[in-house]
Amino acid sequence: MNNALLNDTILPIVYMLAAAGFIMAIKWLNSPATARRGVVVGEIGMLLAVVGTLLRFDVVSYQWIFVAFFLGTAIGIPIAYIMPMTAVPQRTAFSHACGALASALIGTAEYYKGIRQGPAVTSVEMTALIIETLLGFLTFTASLMAFGKLQEVLPQRPITYKGQNFLNLGVFAAAAGTGIALIVAPEQTFLFPIFILLSLLFGVLLIIPIGGADMPTVIALLNSYAGLSAAAMGFVLNNKMLIVAGALDGSSGFILAVIMCRAMNRSFGNVLFGAFGQLQTTTGGKAGDRPVRSASPEEAAQILEAARTVIVIPGYGMAVAQAQHKLKEMSELLAKRGVNVEFAIHPVAGRMPGHMNVLLAEADVPYDKLREMDDINPEMPMADVALIIGANDVVNPGAETDPKSPIAGMPIIQAYKAHTVMVIKRSMNPGFAGIDNELYYMPNTIMLFGDAKAFVSSIVKELGALARV
Amino acid sequence: MGAYEFDLWVFMLAAFLGFQLIRGVSPLLHTPLMSLTNAISAIAVVGAILITGAKDASTLSLILGFSAVLLATLNVVSGYLITDRMLKMFKRREPEKK
Repeated sequence: MNNALLNDTILPIVYMLAAAGFIMAIKWLNSPATARRGVVVGEIGMLLAVVGTLLRFDVVSYQWIFVAFFLGTAIGIPIAYIMPMTAVPQRTAFSHACGALASALIGTAEYYKGIRQGPAVTSVEMTALIIETLLGFLTFTASLMAFGKLQEVLPQRPITYKGQNFLNLGVFAAAAGTGIALIVAPEQTFLFPIFILLSLLFGVLLIIPIGGADMPTVIALLNSYAGLSAAAMGFVLNNKMLIVAGALDGSSGFILAVIMCRAMNRSFGNVLFGAFGQLQTTTGGKAGDRPVRSASPEEAAQILEAARTVIVIPGYGMAVAQAQHKLKEMSELLAKRGVNVEFAIHPVAGRMPGHMNVLLAEADVPYDKLREMDDINPEMPMADVALIIGANDVVNPGAETDPKSPIAGMPIIQAYKAHTVMVIKRSMNPGFAGIDNELYYMPNTIMLFGDAKAFVSSIVKELGALARV
Repeated sequence: MGAYEFDLWVFMLAAFLGFQLIRGVSPLLHTPLMSLTNAISAIAVVGAILITGAKDASTLSLILGFSAVLLATLNVVSGYLITDRMLKMFKRREPEKK
């Protein structure tokens, strides 16, 4: 084929179609009914772009590319199929690390290629390249740190020390300064490895003070950085498709991070520098000295069975106990007896945006039963039972009533408004953020002590027994 | 200046389009959304191919490019597959049995 025709005329159209495919892919994600179609157009777009690029006349050697394709596929398929849904946040952090590193390595290669071949890279290209590599390398190490915290190989509690923000800011300033020096004088090649090391270091430092409870926000933010890095690569390579794809990824991560922050009534600055979950342990008074009501599975089953509406409020504790399948069984048994069972999902339930929905969908809970917080709160006073399982802070009325509470102002699912509140909990120990919960001491609250899965199983058994009577 | 200015406009418009599109995505699907956009941004594989396949690629370029193709492919493959695996789970209420 005519080389110029392919490179200059056909390929731009192929790239444009690919970009259109990505846009449609996200557009169709607005409803579960069309979402899978979206994945298909996204895949077609990607395939077009890759095949088109392989056909370019300046791509001449294929062996390493195909070896890398093969290896990437061979590793990617098992990851996608074997990984349990509870581990999706870790996988997401890991894939942010991979994507960001890929982008940073490409930037590095472009830099050395530009230096070797000359003529000197323009400062515009160099600026894009520095942004690409800075974001790429810092997102790489930051995502690995996030992965470590989610996988619990690193401590979940935020780690703080004196002068931390000062040090972080200093390292960032040093990385940015080296970057600017490289933009001004790209031929100073000795600066580039320093720049890389500083970027990598900043990524690590950035995540050290962030606690496990803030991971949903952080993952979303890292998603945004990885996307912006890819967009910057588009500027370096003068490729609009990369710019579009990167901008979509960047804005997606950013919006999700904003949603997460709002759902916790926090600001970005507070998430990144606030070390949430560090100081709160002191405010949570030792529980156990105040009376609470508790009940057996049998009593709980009777109350549930007599209800008209039950709203289940799941938290990550439910997923840890793997109680979602039993929960679904329970809701089916109740539905058969005419009880309306709904699930109320707080935006930060789970460990990444939307995580709880995926976990419940995996347990075959139909998605029209999964209700958003703002949608279900007005119905709470009409609910006979609010059943809280593995959630704590997201139902803590202290967020509304106690201005001194560390979570003051955080929007909550108003479980306390239901006629009866049932809480499945192992013990009276305060939750993740270490904040005591007034809800447990309210007169209409019944504590159901035990392992979430075991307790729900017992309720299921009791419901079965009731059915036979 | 021409190409760079054009690129900036593309970026600005795409970012706004992104904001609009993503606001329309149901919170129900925020996790699949993240894995899908992650797979999409792995289109960086295009840049990696250009580096690795170039005629005069140095050893350094080859190593960096090869690693980048591998990492990006990993993201493309696992990203799309896991998104689809998650989306498959979202079902409406099943017709009543019994």
